[in-house]
Amino acid sequence: MLNLISAQFSFFLALLLLAIGAVGSLTFAKKDWLANLWGNGLAILASVSGLVAAVKVLIFNEAFTYTINSTFSNLSLSLAVDKLSAFFVLIISLVAFLSSIYGIGYVKHFYNKYNLGVLGFFYNIFLVGMLFVVSAHNGFFFLIVWEIMSLASYFLVIFENKENNNIKAGSLYLVMTHVGTAFIMLAFLLLYRATGSLDFSVIKANIGNASLLIKNLVFIFALIGFGTKAGIIPFHIWLPSAHPAAPTHVSALMSGVMIKTGIYMFIRLFVEILSGTELWWGATILIIGIISSLLGVLYALTEHDIKRLLAYHSIENIGIILLGLGSAMIFLSLNLKTLAALSLVAALFHTLNHATFKALLFMGAGSVISQTHTRNIEEYGGLIKFMPQTALYFLIGSLAISALPPFNGFFSEWLTFQTIFSGIQIPDILTKSMFILAAGSLAFTGGLAAACFVKAFGVTFLARPRSVAVLQARESGFFMRFSMAALALATLILGIFAGSVSKIILGAVNNLTGFQRVSGIFFTQKQTFELSNGFAAISTPMIFVILSVVLLLIYGIVKILTSKRKVKIGRTWDCGTKLEPQMEITATSFARSIVIIFKGALKPSKQLEIEYRDADMRYFPKSRNVELGIVDVYRFYFYQPLRDLMIRLSGYAKNVQIGILNVYIAYIFLILLILLFVQS
Amino acid sequence: MTIIIWTIQLALVPILSPLFLGVLRKIKARFQNRVGANIFQPYRNLWKLFHKDEVMSEDASWIFRIAPYLIFTITIILGASIPLFSTWLSNNLLSDFLAVVYLVALSTFFLALAGIDVGSAFGGFGSSREMTLAALTEGGFIFSFLALSFLAHSTNLFFIASAVSVLPLFSFTPIVLVFISFVIIMLCETAHFPFDNPATHLELTMVHEAMILEYSGKRLALIEWAAANKFLIFLALGANMFFPWGLTAQTDAWSVVSALGIFVVKVLILTTFVAILESSIAKFRFFRLYDLLFTAFILSAMAILLIL
Repeated sequence: MLNLISAQFSFFLALLLLAIGAVGSLTFAKKDWLANLWGNGLAILASVSGLVAAVKVLIFNEAFTYTINSTFSNLSLSLAVDKLSAFFVLIISLVAFLSSIYGIGYVKHFYNKYNLGVLGFFYNIFLVGMLFVVSAHNGFFFLIVWEIMSLASYFLVIFENKENNNIKAGSLYLVMTHVGTAFIMLAFLLLYRATGSLDFSVIKANIGNASLLIKNLVFIFALIGFGTKAGIIPFHIWLPSAHPAAPTHVSALMSGVMIKTGIYMFIRLFVEILSGTELWWGATILIIGIISSLLGVLYALTEHDIKRLLAYHSIENIGIILLGLGSAMIFLSLNLKTLAALSLVAALFHTLNHATFKALLFMGAGSVISQTHTRNIEEYGGLIKFMPQTALYFLIGSLAISALPPFNGFFSEWLTFQTIFSGIQIPDILTKSMFILAAGSLAFTGGLAAACFVKAFGVTFLARPRSVAVLQARESGFFMRFSMAALALATLILGIFAGSVSKIILGAVNNLTGFQRVSGIFFTQKQTFELSNGFAAISTPMIFVILSVVLLLIYGIVKILTSKRKVKIGRTWDCGTKLEPQMEITATSFARSIVIIFKGALKPSKQLEIEYRDADMRYFPKSRNVELGIVDVYRFYFYQPLRDLMIRLSGYAKNVQIGILNVYIAYIFLILLILLFVQS
Repeated sequence: MTIIIWTIQLALVPILSPLFLGVLRKIKARFQNRVGANIFQPYRNLWKLFHKDEVMSEDASWIFRIAPYLIFTITIILGASIPLFSTWLSNNLLSDFLAVVYLVALSTFFLALAGIDVGSAFGGFGSSREMTLAALTEGGFIFSFLALSFLAHSTNLFFIASAVSVLPLFSFTPIVLVFISFVIIMLCETAHFPFDNPATHLELTMVHEAMILEYSGKRLALIEWAAANKFLIFLALGANMFFPWGLTAQTDAWSVVSALGIFVVKVLILTTFVAILESSIAKFRFFRLYDLLFTAFILSAMAILLIL
C-alpha cells in the first residue's frame, strides 16, 4: 500500500484535501456541525497524507522537487522536500492530525455563537501555509506562503471576536509578524543582490559571491525576521497574548508547530545556505537561547492565566532549541562537523518533543477551560476528581516539559546538555565561558520549569475546588480525550525509543549540504544511546522499565505486608478552624518566592490601595486592594521608545506631505529630472 | 558472586540508611547535652509506622496515594546506580549523572504535588519552598558533577570515582571547590541546616516536613525511609566521588567485605561532619538561602574553568 503512492503524490494530496476542506467549510457554513466535521475531517485526512509523505521521505529516501516555471524565473512556484523539510512536515502533520480530532470536540461550544465555516476555512488555509513554508524553495514564493500562514493565523487569533482582548492580541500579532516579514524581505533582497537569484539552490551555490558585510546583514535581518515568528526575547511580546486568544486546538498548532517554522528557516538559512561560517552568529544565537530560556520560564512562573503560562513556556523551549542550534553554528564555524551534527540532532529532537508535549498541555488546558470557562488558574483547584483523565494527560505533559525521565523532554535536554558539555571542552576561553553559561541556564531552566509545572498542575488539579465552576466540571468528550491520550503516549514513546528517533533525525541532518559524510557521532544499540567519544551513555528504555518494575514490586510488597492495616478517611488537619478554599496555596503565592529571588530580572510590582473608614485618622481600613504583577520591561524600555521615535519621524515626514496636488506633481517632476541627470 | 554483589548494591542503601540517620541524631543529641535515642531508633520508628493504620485526607487524590511509593522507588534505583563499595558495576546504564539529577528531580516533583494535594496551607507552602530550593539547586548539582566528569572524561559516576582515585594529589585544588559546592547542595537536597530543620515542630519554618504533614502509617514510613535513603545516597556520593579510595574492583569475598567496611567508615565521618555542622550553625532566613545556592553554582563553574 505504502509503495503504491509516492511521497510527492501524498504531499500534494494533503494540500488538495486541505484546499477542499477550506472551501467546503465555507460552503457548509450555515450548518455548524457539518462545517465542523468537514473542516476538521478533511484536515485529519490531509494530515494522514502528510504523515505518509514525511515518512516516505525520511525513511525511504523519497526526496522530491517540484517546479512550475513562469516567464520570470524568480517568480516560479518551486518546492523541494528534502529530509529536513520532511521532518517538519512530519511535526506539522502529527500535531495537525491530533489537533483536528481534538477540534471536532472542542469547537462544539462555538455552535450558534461563531461562524464555524470561517474557522474551518482559515484552519485549513493555515495548515496549507505551514506545509508550503517548510517546502518552499524560492524566496518570492516563500514570502507569499509565509504571508498566507501569518494572515490565516491572525484570523484564527481573532476568531473569538466578541472578546475585545482577542482583537487587541490579534492586532499586536499582525503588527509584529509584519515587522518580521519586512526584515525577512530585506534579507531575501540582499541575497538576491549578492547572488542574482531567489532560488534557494542557486543562492546556496553562489553565496561565495556575497561579501561578509552582506552575509552579516542577512544574518541580522533573518534573525529578527524569523526570530519574531519563533518568539525569541525581546521579539516575543505578541506570543503570550496571541497564543491564548486563539481557539485551543489552534493554540496547540501555533505553539507546537508554527513558531517552529522560524527554527526551520534558521537551519535552512544559517546552517545550510550561509553554512554558519562566522563564530559570532552562533554565539549570538546561543546567547539569545540563554536569555529566552531563562526569562521565558521566569515569566511563566509569574503567570496565572494558564494559556499565557504555556505560551511563555514556548518561549523557554524555543530558547532550549536555540541552545542546540547555537552550539551547532559555533561548532560549524570552528569546523567541528560531527559536534555540529550532534547539536542539530539535539535541536531538532527538542523541536519534535516540544511540539508533542506543548500540544498536549494546550489541549489539557483547553479541556479545563471548556468546562470552567475561565483561564485563571486561581479559580480552579481539585479538578483531578472531576476530570481524572485530563488530569493524567496534563500530568504527563508536565513531566515531559519539566525534562523528567522517562518522558521525551528528558532525552532531548540530556542531548542538548551533552552538546553544550562538548562546547565547554573547546580550548578558547571566551567560547568556553559562553558554553558554561549555556549549561547553567539549561540547568536552572529545567529546575524552574519543574517548579512552574508543580504550580500549574497542583493549583489546577489538586486540593479543593476554589470556585463553583469547578464543581460543575465534567470529563471532556471522546475526541478531546483521544487526542490527549495519543499525545501522552507519543511523549512516552519518543522518550523510550529515543535511540531510533535520533537515528532518523541524524538522517535528516546528513541530508543537509555539508553534512553528507558526517557519521559516527553516536551509537544506538537496543535504544541505548552512546556518544562515540565515550563521554556519556544513557538508556531511556532501561530507566522506564526499571522505574515501572521496581515501583510495581514495592507497591506489591508493601500491599501484601500491610494488608491488615486499615485506611481511614478523615479531614485534612485544619488547626481547629474550618478549612476554606482560600487557605490553599494559590498560584501567585506559590511562585512568589521565586519571583522575589529573581526580582532583578522580573521587576515585580505591587500596588496597595487602602480605603479607610476614617480618612483623616487612617486607623481602621475599610478595604484593602493589593495588586501583584510584573512590569512589562520590553514595552517600557524598548517598544514604547521605539513607537515614540516612529511617531516623531512620521511627524517630520508630514512636512513633506502637504496635501496639495500641484506640489505632488512638482515632486514627480523633480524626481524625473534627477533621474535623467543621473542616467546621463 | 555477581548476583551477590548486585544484591548487596541494591539492598545496601535501604538497609543502612536508617542507621546513619540514627547516628546523626545521636551525635546531635550529645551536642545538645542530651543522651539521645538509640542509634537504631529509626528502624523501630519504621517498624512501628508500618504496623499502624492510616488516616487519609478526604481531599487526597491518587497523586497523594502513589507519591510515597514512587519516591521510595526512585531512592532504591538511585541507591543501586551510584558507586557504593565497588567500581565493578560500571556498565550500569543508569549511572549517568544527569539521569541521577533528573531522577532526584522526579521524586521532588511528586513530593511537592503530594504536599499540595491535601489542600492544607502548610503543605502548599512547603511545596512552594521545596520547589524554589530545588530549582536553584539544580545548577550547582549538575555543575559539581560536571566538573568531575571533565576530569574523568565520562559522565558515568563509576568512571568518575575510579578516575578521581588515581589523580595526583596536586590536582585536587579544583576538587576542593567542587566538594564545598557539593556539600551545600547535599544539605539543601537532604533538608538539613542551614536550609531546613529536620527536627522542627513549627510549621512555619518547615520545608520537607510541611509537605508530608498529612501522611501517616505505611505511607509515612515509606516517605521517612525514602528521606533516609536520600540522605545516605548523598553521603555516599560525597564519600565516593571526592574520596574514592577503598572502592574495590575485585569480586572476591575479602575485598568486598573490606570495601564495605571502608564505605561505612567514610560515610560515618561525613555523617559526623554534617552533625557537627548542624549543631554549630543556625537555620538561614529563607531569602538568604539562594545566595548559598548560587555560591555553590559559581564555585563549581570556577572549578570547571580550572580543570579545563
